[in-house]
Amino acid sequence: MNNKKWLFFVFVIITTPLLSSTIEVCNNCSIKSLNEAIKLAKPNDVIKVKKGIYKETNIIIDKALTIIGENLPTIDGQLKGDLFKIIADNVIIKGFNIINVGKDFANSNTAIRIQRSKNFEISSNRFENILYAIYIEKSSKGKINNNKIYGNAITEINSGNGIHLWDCKSILITNNYIEKMRDGIYLEFASNCEVDNNISTKNIRYGLHFMFSNDNSYIKNKFINNGAGVAVMFSKNIKMLNNHFAKNWGTASYGLLLKEINDAEIRHNVFEENTIAINVEGSNRINYENNNFTSNGWALKVRGACYNNVFIKNNFLYNSFDVSWNTKMNDNLFKQNYWSEYTGYDLDLDGVGDVPYRPVKLFSYIVNKTPEAVILLRSLFINLVDFSEKVTPVFTPDFLIDDEPQMKPNI
Amino acid sequence: MYKILKYSFYDLIRSRWSFIYLLFYLLLGIVLLFLNSNLSNAIVTLLNVITVLVPLIGTIFGVMYYYDSKEFTELLLAQPIKRSNIFLGQYFGVAISLSISLIIGLGLPFMYYGLFVSDKIFEFLTLIIVGTFLTFIFTAISFFIAISFENKIKGFGVAILVWLLLAVIYDGIFLIFLVYFEQYPLDMFSLGAIMSNPIDLARTLMLLKLDISALLGYTGAVFKKFFGTNYGVILSYLVLIFWTIIPILGILWKSNKKDF
Amino acid sequence: MITFHDVKKDFGKLEVLKKINLKINQGGIFAILGPNGSGKTTLIKSILGMVIPQSGVIKIDNQNILKQWKYRENIDYLPQIANFPANLKVMELINMIKDIRKGNYRDQELIQLFRIIPFLDKKLGHLSGGTKQRVNLVLAFMFDSPLIILDEPTSGLDPVALIALKELIIKEKKAGKTIIITSHIMSFVEELSDEIVFILDGNIHFQGTISDLKKQTNQDNFEYAIASILKENYV
Repeated sequence: MNNKKWLFFVFVIITTPLLSSTIEVCNNCSIKSLNEAIKLAKPNDVIKVKKGIYKETNIIIDKALTIIGENLPTIDGQLKGDLFKIIADNVIIKGFNIINVGKDFANSNTAIRIQRSKNFEISSNRFENILYAIYIEKSSKGKINNNKIYGNAITEINSGNGIHLWDCKSILITNNYIEKMRDGIYLEFASNCEVDNNISTKNIRYGLHFMFSNDNSYIKNKFINNGAGVAVMFSKNIKMLNNHFAKNWGTASYGLLLKEINDAEIRHNVFEENTIAINVEGSNRINYENNNFTSNGWALKVRGACYNNVFIKNNFLYNSFDVSWNTKMNDNLFKQNYWSEYTGYDLDLDGVGDVPYRPVKLFSYIVNKTPEAVILLRSLFINLVDFSEKVTPVFTPDFLIDDEPQMKPNI
Repeated sequence: MYKILKYSFYDLIRSRWSFIYLLFYLLLGIVLLFLNSNLSNAIVTLLNVITVLVPLIGTIFGVMYYYDSKEFTELLLAQPIKRSNIFLGQYFGVAISLSISLIIGLGLPFMYYGLFVSDKIFEFLTLIIVGTFLTFIFTAISFFIAISFENKIKGFGVAILVWLLLAVIYDGIFLIFLVYFEQYPLDMFSLGAIMSNPIDLARTLMLLKLDISALLGYTGAVFKKFFGTNYGVILSYLVLIFWTIIPILGILWKSNKKDF
Repeated sequence: MITFHDVKKDFGKLEVLKKINLKINQGGIFAILGPNGSGKTTLIKSILGMVIPQSGVIKIDNQNILKQWKYRENIDYLPQIANFPANLKVMELINMIKDIRKGNYRDQELIQLFRIIPFLDKKLGHLSGGTKQRVNLVLAFMFDSPLIILDEPTSGLDPVALIALKELIIKEKKAGKTIIITSHIMSFVEELSDEIVFILDGNIHFQGTISDLKKQTNQDNFEYAIASILKENYV
C-alpha cells in the first residue's frame, strides 16, 4: 500500500515537467504574440515573454497557465477594450508592463479581469493608462502583490479603481503601489481578505474602500493624500492595524471614514495632518486603541448613534479639535488617553492626571454649525470662550470625559 | 529723519522697558522650547502670544513714548527740522526697537534650539514677520491716537480701547454675525472681515503655516481658493502693508495740523 | 525783522491771539510781558511754527513762515519747560542736537559758563530742575543764531547762573542779535529790555520802551506801570 503511494508520487514528480512545456514569445521567435502562445499552450504550460513591445487585444486565458514576462515586456492594448481575461483556475501573470487599455466606462474596461477563478497570482506587474487595473469577480484564494498601478483619474465619474474585488473570498493583496485611480483598492461583498503593506496615494476618492465586506483586515498600509484615506461602510469585523493615514485634505476628506460598522479593531494606526482623522457614523462596538492622532483638523468626529465604543490609550497631539461629538454618549468610553492640550496636574505622580479631561470644546460645536467660523481659530476671543466653557460647561456634554488622562504620551 | 530715528532708537534700546520686553521674549522662548518637548506646540503658543501681546505692547509703548517725549519733541520742533521727520523718526525708532526685541528675544532661543536646521523654520519666520508687522501697525495706531489727544489719560484709554476692540471684541461680533446669518453664504464676508482687522489677518497668515491648512477644505471653496494659493498669501501681506501705511499717513496728517 | 499781520489763534473756544499786529525790529532785546494765559508763549511758538495760526501772516525778513522749516536755522529757542529724554546723558544730548542741527556751535564755552562739566556724564533724568535749565540754556545759545527766543529763561536758576545769563544776553545784544524774552521777573526785564510788548487776553495793550510805558501810565516804577495797565483792563 505504502509503496504504491510512493510510486505514484514519484511518477507525478517525474512526469510533471514532461507534461508542462515552456513556450517562448519574442519579437524574433516563431511565436510573436501572447495570444498565439496561449492558443498553442496546454494546461499547466509556462509562457515566457521576452523584453519587447507586444500589441495585443482580448487575451483570454481559459486554462491553467503561468505567464511570465522577462525584463518587463510591454503589452499594449491600443485602447481597444479589455486586455487580459482569466476564466480558469491556477493562472499566474507576472512581470508585465501593461498599458493603453480601453476607456469604456460602461463596460468597465480592465487590464486584467478575473472571473470565477481560484488560486490565481497577479504579481510584479506595472499598469499605466488604464481604466481599471485588476478587476476580480466571484473568485477566491488569489494573490495580488508587488504591482505598481499608475492611473490618471481626474473625475470620479469617468475613472476606475486600481484593484477591484466583487464577491470574492480569501484574496491577499500585498505590497502594491497604487496612485491616481478612483479608489485605490475596492472591496464589495468580499470576505476573509487581507490588505497588507500597500501604498495607496493621490486617489480621487478613497485609498481603500470596503462595502458590505465582512471579516477582512488591513495592516501596515500607507494612505497618503487621497480624497479620503480609507472608507469602511456597512461591514463587520474589520481589523485595521498599524496603518498610516496622512494628508487627506479637503471638504469631505477623512483619514478614515466609518459608516455603519460593527465590531471593528482600530489599533496602532497613525493619523497625521488629515482634515478629519476619523469620521464615524452609526458604528458600534469598536475598539480604538493606541492610535496616534497628530496635527489633524479634527481627530475624531462622531455623528449619529454610536454604541459601546472604547477609546483607550490613544495619543491626541496638537489637533485643532480633538473630539467633536453631536450625539448622546451611549455607553462609549474614553480612558487613559494622552491629550496634548491637557493642563491638569498629577500630584500623586502615578502618571495619571488628577483632573479629568473634557475633549470637546464649545468652539468645535460652533464650527460644526458654521464652518466659516473656523477662521477664528486660536483667536483670543475663542480662547476666552473655550476657557469659560471649560470652567463652567453649559453647552458641551459633561458625560464625554476622560477620567484617566495620561501625563505622558502612550507608547 | 534718520537722526531722530537713531536717537529715539538708542533712547529706547537703553530704557529699562525694552530690556524687560526683550527679557520676556527670551524667557518665553526658552520656557517654550526647553520645558516643552514639541516645537509645533511651542509655535502654537507663540501664535497666541504674538496676536495678543505684540499689539498690546506696541500700543502701550507707542502711547507712553509719545507722551513721555513731548517736551523733547517741542525742543526738536524749534530746530530746523521738518515736522513730519520728527514724528516719523520717533515712530520708527519705537517700532524698530520693539521689533528688534521681538526678533532677538525669540530668535536666540530658537537658534540655540537648532531651529534653522529644522523644517519648522518657515513657520517661525512667518511668526516673526507677522509679529514685526503687528508691532509697526499698532505702534503707528497708538502714535496717531496719542497725537490726537492732548490729555495723556484719555489718549492712553483710547489706545487700549482700540487694542481691545481689534484683539477681542471684533472677533466676538464677527462670530455672532456668522452664527446669526449661518444660512447665507459667508465666505466673502468672512474674508472681508479678516482683511479688515490686522490682528485677524496676522493670525490667519500664521495659521496657514500651522493647522488651518488642514481645515481650509472644510470651510468652503472660496477660502480654499484664496488661502490655498500664493495669490491669497501675497494679497494678505499687501493688506498688512496697507494697514501699516494708513496709520503712518494718519500720523503725518495729524502732526502737520497740530499745535505744540 | 519779524512782522505779525492780523494773526489769530484759538484753541477751541479759547481765543488766545486776537488779530495781533506786531513788528519786531532787528537788533536789541524785546520783552513780551503779560499775565499767565495771556498768549505770550503762543505768540512765541507761532514764530517758531510750533503753533499754526488760524488766519493772518507771520513773516520773518519778509518771508512767510507757514509750513517752512529752514528759517529756523537762524533761530535759537529756549523752551519754557526743560524736559529731556531721561535715558540720555547730558553730553549725548548736546552732541545729538549738534548732530541734528548743523552750524557753528560754541558748546564748550557755554558748558564752562553754566558750570555743567560735572554733569556731562549724568543721565538727564537724574538732574535737578535748575541744572536742567542750565543745560537748556546751553542748547539754546549753542548755535550763535541772529534771533534768540527765550521763554522764561530765569526759572529755576541760581543767582550765579542768573548773572551769567544776563551777561550773556547783553553780550549777544552787543553782537547785534535780536533777543525775544518772556519773563515774570520784572526787574530782569526792566534791566535788560529795549522794548516791551504787553499782551492781555490775546490783545496787545502796549508796545514801546519802558520809559514810554512809565510816561503813559504816569508811574515811576516799572512794576506799578504794568500793574496799572492790568487794573485799567480789569475794572
